[in-house]
Amino acid sequence: MTRQRGDVVVETRGLCMHFGGVRAVDQVDFTLFDRELRCLIGPNGAGKSTFFKCLTGQLTPTAGEVLIRGQDMTGAEPFEVASLGVGIKTQVPNVFDGLTVDENLWVSARRWHDDRRARALVSETIERLRLGDIRKMQLGRLAHGQRQWVELGMVVVAEPWLVLLDEPAAGMTHEETFRTAELIEEINKTSALIVVEHDMQFIRLISRKVTLFHEGGILMEDTMDAISADKRAREVYLGHRA
Amino acid sequence: MDLVAAIGLQLAYVIANLALISLGLAIIFGMMRVINLAHGEFLMLGGYTVVVSTNAGVNIWVAMLILAPLVVGIIGVIVERLLIRWLYGRMVDTLLATWGLSLLLVGLVTSIFGASTGTTVAPPLGAIKIGTYSASGYELFLILITVLLLFLVWLTLRFTKLGLLARGTMQNAEMAASLGVSTSRIYMITFGLGAAVSGLAGGLLAPMTGVLPTIGATYIAKAFITVISGGSAILAGTAAGSVLLGGLNGIFSFVAGSTFGEIALLIAAIVLLRLMPRGITGRFFRKSL
Amino acid sequence: MNNGILRNMRPTFFYAFLGLVFMFAAPNVLQLFTIINLTTAIALAVLALSLALIWGYGGILCFGQVAFFGLGAYAYTIAAINFGDTTPAILVAVMITAAFAAALGYFIFFGRVSDVYLGVITLTVTLIFFSLIRRTSGPEYKIGKALLGGFNGVSSPPLNLPWDRSSFLFPEHVFYVAMAALILCYLFVGWLVHTRFGRVCVAIRENELRAELLGYDSRLYKLGIFTIGAGIAAIGGVLFCNGVGRITPDVFSLYNAALTIIWVIVGGRGTLIGPVGATFALFYLTSALGGQSLLNNNLVLGVILIVFVLLVPKGVAPTVTDWVMARRKKAPKRVRRRARPQTERME
Repeated sequence: MTRQRGDVVVETRGLCMHFGGVRAVDQVDFTLFDRELRCLIGPNGAGKSTFFKCLTGQLTPTAGEVLIRGQDMTGAEPFEVASLGVGIKTQVPNVFDGLTVDENLWVSARRWHDDRRARALVSETIERLRLGDIRKMQLGRLAHGQRQWVELGMVVVAEPWLVLLDEPAAGMTHEETFRTAELIEEINKTSALIVVEHDMQFIRLISRKVTLFHEGGILMEDTMDAISADKRAREVYLGHRA
Repeated sequence: MDLVAAIGLQLAYVIANLALISLGLAIIFGMMRVINLAHGEFLMLGGYTVVVSTNAGVNIWVAMLILAPLVVGIIGVIVERLLIRWLYGRMVDTLLATWGLSLLLVGLVTSIFGASTGTTVAPPLGAIKIGTYSASGYELFLILITVLLLFLVWLTLRFTKLGLLARGTMQNAEMAASLGVSTSRIYMITFGLGAAVSGLAGGLLAPMTGVLPTIGATYIAKAFITVISGGSAILAGTAAGSVLLGGLNGIFSFVAGSTFGEIALLIAAIVLLRLMPRGITGRFFRKSL
Repeated sequence: MNNGILRNMRPTFFYAFLGLVFMFAAPNVLQLFTIINLTTAIALAVLALSLALIWGYGGILCFGQVAFFGLGAYAYTIAAINFGDTTPAILVAVMITAAFAAALGYFIFFGRVSDVYLGVITLTVTLIFFSLIRRTSGPEYKIGKALLGGFNGVSSPPLNLPWDRSSFLFPEHVFYVAMAALILCYLFVGWLVHTRFGRVCVAIRENELRAELLGYDSRLYKLGIFTIGAGIAAIGGVLFCNGVGRITPDVFSLYNAALTIIWVIVGGRGTLIGPVGATFALFYLTSALGGQSLLNNNLVLGVILIVFVLLVPKGVAPTVTDWVMARRKKAPKRVRRRARPQTERME
């Protein structure tokens, strides 16, 4: 399958997610091109995480459409989205606590490859993410940052063409955050990414184009610098934060 | 016309019977998210209380309406203090522990009273006539008392301070605790109340079914199906589950015999679960009690 | 790849070998009465193994494993009476049970029922079997030539040789068949949990959402392991009604359902040899208790269940493993040689 930089890989049309009377996501039209790196920002309750969950199949939208590489994935199950070759990391670390680091990565790689190739990919990823010291340890015994890091490894090892990350730097130390940013840059060489993030420092490290959510809708889409300079954006978000 | 009335009454009894045996389970499940696998044994203990105390000369109405709920309610409180409270938040372990309790109670009662009991109690009300058909007066009484019991539980939840606290704890235990509500006490009282209602039901049904240490097993299957189909709303769930499943059971029993009635009940419950995994009240009447 | 699985299965082979030794030694050492009794225990061990797979590895809280066991026994008995040959009856028993489990599992897993509900539903199904079959005492309840017999049950035809339907196996031979079946089932399950399928099932047990986010359809995997487990339970049922000589609705009782759970709790979830060992131990405990009337079996099992849930929630085998591991760390040189892995947990 050939992919070109200009192809649309993710598109939502009129996407709505309502909980009772609360319009968490309301009429969102969103487009992501291949090999693009996009950050979703916004204050708490702006709807970015809900939007993310609609993309990954964890929530079924009330109305509207989700298209991933032209396929209608509205209301699909999470495994159907992932089965397209999409790598997903959720906000709370979602790992296999009773399994070792090795096994966690293996389960991810084995979805796509035979055992031999899966093991090779696991070793490669372990080296790349510098997880060698803890590869035989159970996830339940690792620190929060390490667990986040392993989950990123599970995403990377499957070699996805589209990566969806919900707050990848949450709870990480300064150094870990920096390395995460590096990793994202590296993933971006081959894949498109959507990153939901709170941490402004982190976004400045990685961002090219930023989508600002406000009250369930998209307020503006631009570079971080332009958003920082915008008066409306400062009012809803940066004004009482940065 | 008489036939219709007789069938209607029979149907109403099947429904009321389901509601009666399920309500105690529903109270404990709805309030505490604890599925009590010893529920059948609470009913059994209610039955034994009635049989033992009437044999000792106590008036049967006193035994059924006062002693049975009192004794089983006290047992419920003791069980909650000794066993359940160590396991809050661990649903699977609670389930397993109450199963152990169920075995323990069956074993205890068998050791004390033997594997079967010779003496039973007769229904204290005679037959009544509907035209050419006769119906059991006691069944009619059970229908009425089930309705009354549901109404009483509703009043308790809706209007008493205990009901308010319990509903608050149910919604958000941490919040309630931080507002100074003793959730531990609420849980204890709730479990005791659920047990008392189960004891009452077991006592009321004892004249119909007799008592055996293992009689709990015949109740729990139906009670579970009713509560799960109904969902977590205590009253609306019990009522909806009983009406739907009891209605189907009654109709199929009438048309094709009681064995098919049971099969219909099971199949309906399983299909319902596929359609509404969180029960009827998980989908409809969400705000109900 | 296969080498990797075989290496991970080393402890499994070790226990299977012990079983084989026992299989050939026991009839020479023990009395016939004990051997016949053992056949029943072996059948129950196969049941325990099936739940160890479904619950311990699949994370599926099935309280009604005994329903598949009983269904297998009934299907075998009815088919054998009708066919006059037990070999196809075994196949029929396993297939009918697996098909029933698949149908039930479809509603449960595709309805995304949570684990606690699942336990209650499977238990309910068991109890309804119990009350339904108890009612079938009249002559109108028959399937082909086989009368269901209500609470008296049906007597089960003994196994015959696959190539000769007129030569039946004697009880001491049934013991060999049962033991061989247990060893084969044990090896099969031990292999299964190390395959991709088995390891994905374990991953789903650990975190279902994560497995889905990696692209695995957890519903299908759960349905698969549930159906396989039911088929193995059916094999146990076939052995059981051969050991006892008849099958009655009591197999579906609440007591038996609880017993199955207790074997796995006591033996430990996430191991295979633990529940199998616990089955034999508790079988002899309850037989011994049956000889006296002071302590009721229900009472003793209830206490065991409560004590394990509160105090030894992991079960015996994993607790022993943890203890050995802890000692190994403390005294590396002395203990390492003797310590062997006690369980089949994923490497």
